[in-house]
Amino acid sequence: MIDNKSEIELKKKTILLSKDILNSVVEKFGDRIKVIYDKRNRSKIMVDPEIIVETAIFLRDNHGFDHVESASGTDYPKEDQIEINYHLGSYVNPDLFPYVLVLSTKTNRDDPKTNSLINILPSVEYFERETYEMLGVYFIGHPRNERFLLPEDWADIPPLRKDFRLKGR
Amino acid sequence: MSSLDEKIDEAKKLSMQIVKESDEDKLMTLSVGPQHPGTGHFRFIIKLDGDYIVYVNIDPGYVHRGEEKMCEYRNYFTNIPHLERPVIHDSANITYSYSLAVEDLIGITVPRRGQFLRAITSELDRINYTLYWLAIYGIFLGHSTMFMWPAADRELVLDLLERLTGHRITHAFNIPGGVRNDMPNNFKEKCLSQINYLEKRLKEYEHIFYNNPLFRQRTEGVGILSKEDAIKLGVTGSVLRASGVPYDIRKVEPYDIYNEIDFNVQYMKTCDSFARAYIPFLDVRESCHIIRELLDKMPESGDVREKLLSNIKGPPGESFKRVESGRGALSYHIVSDGTSRPYRVKISTGSFRNILALPFLLVGSMLGDMPPIYWSLNYWPIEADR
Repeated sequence: MIDNKSEIELKKKTILLSKDILNSVVEKFGDRIKVIYDKRNRSKIMVDPEIIVETAIFLRDNHGFDHVESASGTDYPKEDQIEINYHLGSYVNPDLFPYVLVLSTKTNRDDPKTNSLINILPSVEYFERETYEMLGVYFIGHPRNERFLLPEDWADIPPLRKDFRLKGR
Repeated sequence: MSSLDEKIDEAKKLSMQIVKESDEDKLMTLSVGPQHPGTGHFRFIIKLDGDYIVYVNIDPGYVHRGEEKMCEYRNYFTNIPHLERPVIHDSANITYSYSLAVEDLIGITVPRRGQFLRAITSELDRINYTLYWLAIYGIFLGHSTMFMWPAADRELVLDLLERLTGHRITHAFNIPGGVRNDMPNNFKEKCLSQINYLEKRLKEYEHIFYNNPLFRQRTEGVGILSKEDAIKLGVTGSVLRASGVPYDIRKVEPYDIYNEIDFNVQYMKTCDSFARAYIPFLDVRESCHIIRELLDKMPESGDVREKLLSNIKGPPGESFKRVESGRGALSYHIVSDGTSRPYRVKISTGSFRNILALPFLLVGSMLGDMPPIYWSLNYWPIEADR
């Protein structure tokens, strides 16, 4: 059966841990960082596009977030913005094994550009390439902003934009 | 003019046509796949200097179907049948994390018996997938017995899955809220006898394949992915655990019933192709233990699903859930805007993450080492392309 005591202790520990991380980030970068939510084992922070590289370096060096579980973009045509999410995880810090921190930023929809994290977290390479072709976000510093999964002769708008409609739907 | 002068003129003209070999000419470009049976629906371009690989460029996308876009046009339940197409042998796991993410979004818990049934299906599918992968691995290393044996023994697992879910592959068994139906009456006895038989066979596999000197020679010390590099590249699943990181999502972030199950995380520290080939095999053995334990601890009766409206609306928000599939972490990031259809679904699969290690491992190794390295990455092209 579930050991209730250890379960509660574990829960407390993860809550304290996520509070620790979020506090330290907010302390470092001030009001340029906004905490969106802080649920069990999952937190999300929204940062200004200019400081995304610094935040990633801070999180990697001080807390041990060394790889991305996933990286993607979401199109918001009503707000005229595209949101980019990096789901950071850790393989070196055993306390952070179950924890996933969402590092996200927003960019303008007409001319979407953001700094690439490829030099800080090499595991973003294919995720960023996929986001480039699926949403048209240009990653500054990424060596290969080019075709990845789509056909070579694809001549339409990026398919995961909301104004791209599937035929017959 | 004398004939000698003519000959000299001719020789001069000919020498003009001779082009000196440049460094680039030494390289031979090879396109591996997509029709090549050794890669599946996947292509990579390699450049060879003699027998050594000096350049690798991967070219996926031959089976890209736009699953993520398709999700935006269907509701939370009608998404299930198409989401399991990317990996039909392991379809229980790919719908497992989707169901978990939707349940997290809506805020419901699955009845206890349903959680057990989910875990049993996902473990059976892990065995099913790994046996299939082992069969292909065997045949592309020239070991035809290793193709025949797992391909035949896989049928027993498929029979069990058919008995439980109604389908051999693509079961659509995991749905948000639980599982679609309860298990049949005689399932437990049948399952136990098949698992016992499979464990006996696994010993024979080890004897004929993993202890085979030829196989060991081709894989041991080949394609070393050190612990630091594995962490840096963010690989997952068996590739990560073969590099000495004991990271299994069933253990580090137990979902559903897995925190009550006693099992060991399989990992090795040799970091080579052999370790990456051996870890999935050890996982199958561990899965047999887990299934036995699950059948033992399973409640005798009870609901298997929480009934939900077919057009249920997800509250605005987002969720991120992951499971340990046959190829590593498989996660869903679902964004909801409050309607009955997901606003955005991002699928992050183990294959997509592990293939980053392929160029890293191949550059500098010999062409003959390409098949053991490529197959040891546990790559399923269709899952990576989605």
